[in-house]
Parts: sequence; structure tokens; C-alpha cells
Amino acid sequence: MGSILSGAEAASLVRSLPGVDAVGLEARAADLGSRSIKKDSKAWAIDTAVGMIDLTTLEGADTPGKVRNLCAKAVRPDLEAPPVAAVCVYPAMAGVASEALSGSPVKVASVATGFPAGQVPLEVRLADTEAAVREGADEVDMVINRGQFLSGDLERVFHEIRAVKAACGEARLKVILETGELVTYDNVRRASFLAMHAGADFIKTSTGKVGVNATLPVTLLMMQAVRDFRAATGVQVGVKPAGGIRTTKDAVKYLVSVNEVLGEDWLSPHWFRFGASSLLNDLLMQRQKLTTGHYSGPDYVTVD
Amino acid sequence: MFEYAPAPESHRPDIREHYGLFIDGEFVDAENGATFKSINPANEQVLFSVAEAGEADVAAAVGAARRAHRTVWGPMSGTERGKYLFRIARLLQERSREFAVAESIDNGKPIKETRDFDVPTAAQHFFYHAGWADKLEYAGLGPGPRPLGVVGQVIPWNFPLLMLAWKIAPALACGNTAVLKPAETTPLTALMFAELCAEAGLPPGVVNILPGAGATGAALVESPVDKVAFTGSTAVGRRIAKAVAGSRKRVTLELGGKAANIVYDDAPLDQAVEGIVNGIFFNQGHVCCAGSRLLVQESVAEEVLAKLKDRVSTLRVGDPLDKNTDVGAVNSAEQLERIRELTEAGGAEGAEPWQPACELPETGYWFRPTVFTGVQQSMRVAREEIFGPVLSVLTFRTPDEAIKKANNTPYGLSAGVWTDKGSQILWTAERLRAGVVWANTFNRFDAASPFGGVKESGYGREGGRQGLEAYLDV
Repeated sequence: MGSILSGAEAASLVRSLPGVDAVGLEARAADLGSRSIKKDSKAWAIDTAVGMIDLTTLEGADTPGKVRNLCAKAVRPDLEAPPVAAVCVYPAMAGVASEALSGSPVKVASVATGFPAGQVPLEVRLADTEAAVREGADEVDMVINRGQFLSGDLERVFHEIRAVKAACGEARLKVILETGELVTYDNVRRASFLAMHAGADFIKTSTGKVGVNATLPVTLLMMQAVRDFRAATGVQVGVKPAGGIRTTKDAVKYLVSVNEVLGEDWLSPHWFRFGASSLLNDLLMQRQKLTTGHYSGPDYVTVD
Repeated sequence: MFEYAPAPESHRPDIREHYGLFIDGEFVDAENGATFKSINPANEQVLFSVAEAGEADVAAAVGAARRAHRTVWGPMSGTERGKYLFRIARLLQERSREFAVAESIDNGKPIKETRDFDVPTAAQHFFYHAGWADKLEYAGLGPGPRPLGVVGQVIPWNFPLLMLAWKIAPALACGNTAVLKPAETTPLTALMFAELCAEAGLPPGVVNILPGAGATGAALVESPVDKVAFTGSTAVGRRIAKAVAGSRKRVTLELGGKAANIVYDDAPLDQAVEGIVNGIFFNQGHVCCAGSRLLVQESVAEEVLAKLKDRVSTLRVGDPLDKNTDVGAVNSAEQLERIRELTEAGGAEGAEPWQPACELPETGYWFRPTVFTGVQQSMRVAREEIFGPVLSVLTFRTPDEAIKKANNTPYGLSAGVWTDKGSQILWTAERLRAGVVWANTFNRFDAASPFGGVKESGYGREGGRQGLEAYLDV
């Protein structure tokens, strides 16, 4: 559900948002990253993080076999760890994933809208979205048109997100801002509010396909945005950092931030996700270390 | 629920059962045999006993410092003095973990702060001033700057090691010898520093450490030193100024404060909230330049307060040695009593107190972070320095009113301004009567930046090129 604003209203509202002080934001992120999470709380964080992963493969070389492999791992990462939140694939693989995951709690997420650049006509992006949903996607990860955003045409970006949201039907919509291309924190905040007013169910940092992906300061800023949005509208929106989160240590920093900035309401896979692939194996290795008391090694977790 | 398991710092420094006075390179007991005990404010247990310096000991220490100045330290070249200071700085870095834990235990402040702020900043002061030792000629203070001689220094308990560094590093760099009295509740790191001086091979008598209380400090001020440097309360500062009046002694005073932190309506609010929290809850609010008066523009006051309360609710109060602790123990029973008294006065005068629902340990000295709203300029919580985790929130309508209220205090140590406009920062800073003005940040310190107050917050500067002047005859 979106807000009741028109495109012009939403555009003018996000233009009037107060600025972000980069030094202060980064200092706060560093502070949150310095929490020491040990023992029971680490075990809890690892399992929670596993359950929040959108296990992702987005490659030209993806095949049905590779996607089935990944789905099997998603449902049962190892003998004891909980299943991940979703498997994230291209629309062409959504059907395969949907079949492989049927009967499991793991969702099918499909990127769409001409991912990753989004530089195709709107009709094509909408058709892409409809195809993904038709193939069984429970969740759609769309990209915003960064070119239009940077050129200042916020209204158009707003209307496009609305249109994609309509094309999603029942599927939850994650709006990728591609923060690495928006570059400034002020832009990230504006894009976050624009997406939320247009009906995003999640705001997501990155495609993972550009040089700068999720960072803790950017994600923290987006957390503050969803917190403020709920305070203003009553609507809760999820956050998904994606790309570049590879280690348990990193994942724990994000969870600490969710905990201290957003609180318990967001500490569930329904409201917070990690877009990641290699993160899962690091979490599993750390999990084994906590359970057995010694480090195993990459041969004790599966390659998929 | 994401509960953080205890994450205690595992290192334990070797704390002796008893420390003497450090005079002329050796630990000795007080001539009259007096001792006192230092306790851990987080659990009220005795940590160690320490000799208490009397007048005879002060005379001995000043005599040793005079001898060292005349025979060794005064004649020594700046290059050689610099080498000693660099050595001290490096040793402090090497032993930073030990010093951080000791400071946390003796003071009650969280290990996170001693580890990331107190000890590294203290080491930075020694590095910075080591670099000046052979370049004083070029400090722009005039030709042929000469040391003053023996300096007597009295420091407070809020940043024991850092205040020691602020005092001793410039004194030594400029060629003076020092007699320093640490605060009676926090002598530990000064005594460990004395050990470190010996380890660094610093000539005997160059640094002398005299633990003691007010009487020791008074004796030091009265003794034949060439300069007195004091950081502490305005009341004591006034007594010191009187005591040295009419003598040849130079004096610098860094005293109390009641800083205004001004938040304009165009400020980056989330970062401003961080700055407000850091401004008043850093070091349990035991900070002379703490942002204890929040002046927030009425149009954003409600939003700022809501965000502030959310944020303060996430502060973790408790065991100072837990790496996740944000707010530690109040330093002493006496200070806790003062905070309580002023906080109760705030409530009685009609201000509205708010505290987060955090649990406090059963033993030790603790005070919940407190935010007073509805504070009027005339209330005691808006005028007196509380020196604890207590914030008074006032509002303003126009920039002129903000300046008027901010300056309406006898103090003038620091101030903060939060706005997205550079021009507004400059306009405000020009009009604030405070020694330090932070823009879109708070409680930032650097050895290269001079620090000090105006009005009843004292005189003289510490740090930077300007700080050298306090230790040189120019």
C-alpha cells in the first residue's frame, strides 16, 4: 500500500526533507559497528541472519540446474541451520525456483524491470514484472530509473514505481535505489521516501552490479527513513541491504543497527533481508564454530 | 529479542596494593605517613591505598623539580626533550590496553571510551607536543621563548589520564618540570604514568606526582612554583586565582561550563540527536564542556524530543568494563549526591524529568540518563553545572533568542550549533561567547586545537600552538 500523495506532492515533499550530515551519519554507523556480540547473542544473530537471507544468483550463466541447487541449499543450508528467507533469481528462472521451493517456507524473489540498469521502456519493465509474478515470484525486486532521478524528474520515478507496484499484484515489492549511483546521502534519503510514498514494501540498497553496493551508513540512513515513515504514516516498510555483505561480522553489524535503530518490530525476515550469496557459507562456518568449538573450513559447507 | 551477552574486557592490569608519592624519580611514602584509599565506583570496593602528600612532601617535590629544571631539563636541547616525549607517547600506545582498563576501573567510565578516546587522545597529546619541543622558536610567540621553570598542576577526576597529558606534555615540551596532583578519587593512571616515566628513562624530578585532596592542591598552589595550571570547578579556580594574586606566579584555569547546544530547524536531525546524546551522556556527563543545555527551535522541538527519547532508551548503562556499555558509573558518592540534589531541584521547580527504563546495578554509584523538558531559563537545572548525565531542554523561536539564551550564563567554555547552512553556522559562532564552538558535531578534541574558556570558565588555552604560550616566557 502506498500513501495518498500525488506524484507532485510526493516530489515536493522529498525535496523539502532536511539534509543528512555525512560525518555524523558515518560516525554513528561506526559506533553501531563497534558493538561486541558474543556467545548466546552471537548464536542468535547467526540464525536470525541466515533466516533473513535472500540467497541470490543473478548471472548470465544461470541454468535451471544451478537454480535448483541453490533452492535445495536455501531450504536446508546445512543439517541444523534454519532455512533462508528467499531465493532471488532473474525472471527466466522464477518458474524453476518456484517449482523447486514449492511446499517450503522459502519465498521466490525475482528481479524485474530490466534489472540491473532499468534502461528499457516502461512497457517492457512492466511486462518483465508481470512475467516474474506469473512464473510464481512472491516478491519482486525492481530497480528505479536512476537517470530520471538524477535529472530531477522525481514525479516520473514515483509514477513508475506505482505502475510496477500495480503490476506486482499480491507480490511484495522491493525497490532497489542503487545507492552507489545516487552517490549522496541526501539523494538516498529522498529516493527512500519517494519509493515508500509510491508503495514500496521494501527499500533495497543495491543491485550488486555496480562498484559501490550496500554500506552500513547508507543502510542506517534507510533504516532511519523507514522508522520516520512509519511514525508519519503508520505504514511499515522493510529494508534490504544487498551486495558486499560477505561475513558474519558484517551481518551482525547490520543486525545490531536494526535492533538499536528500528527495534524488535523489524527484527524478522518479513521486514529485514540481506541480499547476499557468499554470506550464507560464512554464517554456517561461524555457526559450526560456535556449536563444535573449532573452525571447520570451506570443505564443510556446500558450494552451490 | 536481540539481547547482548556480557562482553567483559578480559585484560586486568597489575594494580599494586599500595602506591607512594612519586618524587624525584622514586615512589616514597608521605612524610607524615598519611594515606587514603581509592575505590572502584562501579562496585564500591577498595582498589588500593595511596600516600597522601602533605606540605613537606610538596616542598620536597617542588625542590626536586627545581633541581631537575636547573641541572638537566632546562639546559637540555629541545631535540633531546622531544625524544623523551616521543618515547613516553609510544609507551602509552604500547600499554594502551592496560591504561584503558585501569582508567575504567578507577573512574567508572566505560571501557569503550577509555579505549577509543581517553588513552589514544592522551598519547596524541604527547606525540603532538614532542614535535613542538625543538620548534618553539617558530611557534609565532616571539623570539627566544624560554621555559617558566617549575609548574604546579592540579587536575580533575573526569579524564584523569587525558588531563594529565594536557598538562604534562606541553609543560615538558617547553622545558619546564612538573609537579602534578591527580584528583583524590582517580590517582591510578597518574601513578601508572609515573612508572612509565621511569621506564622511559626520564631524568628524576622532571615529573613528580603527588596524590592528595584539596589540602595537597592548596599546598602546591602556595609552594614556590613558577606557574599554576588548574582544571576543575569555578569555585576552586577562584580560590587559586586569589592565592596567586600579587605573586610572580602565572596561572591558567580551565573551569566549569553550562554549554548550549543550539539546534536550528533546518539541522540534520538524526545527526543532531547523536550530537545531543554525545554532548551530555559522554563520560556520564562528567565533562566541563558538556552540552548540558539543549536549545532547540520550537518548530522542530517535538520531533527532536521524540527522536532523542528513542535514542536515549537504547543507551546501555552498567558495568564499565563491558565493551557494550555506553554510560558507566558516576565517579563518587559525593558527585552522585550533587547530581541527585540538582535533579530533585529541577523537578521541584517545575521542569519535567524523563528517564529511560534501564536497570541499574545494585552496588556502586549510578544515575539514569535524564532529560528535563519544560525548563525555564531561571531554573537551577538551566543555570548550574550539574556535571552528570542530565540534559535540560529549552526552546527558542528566532536565532536572536537562541543567542541571547545561550549567552545568558556566567560560563563560556563551549557551545554547539546544528544547521544545514554554512552561513548560519558562522553567524551563530560569531555571536556565541564561548571558547569552543562545535558545528554539526560535539565533544571533539584534537591536540592541535586550542581549548579553553571565556568568562567564568577560566583563562588560558591548552593544546595547539596557542597552548604553548601558557608554558613559555615570551
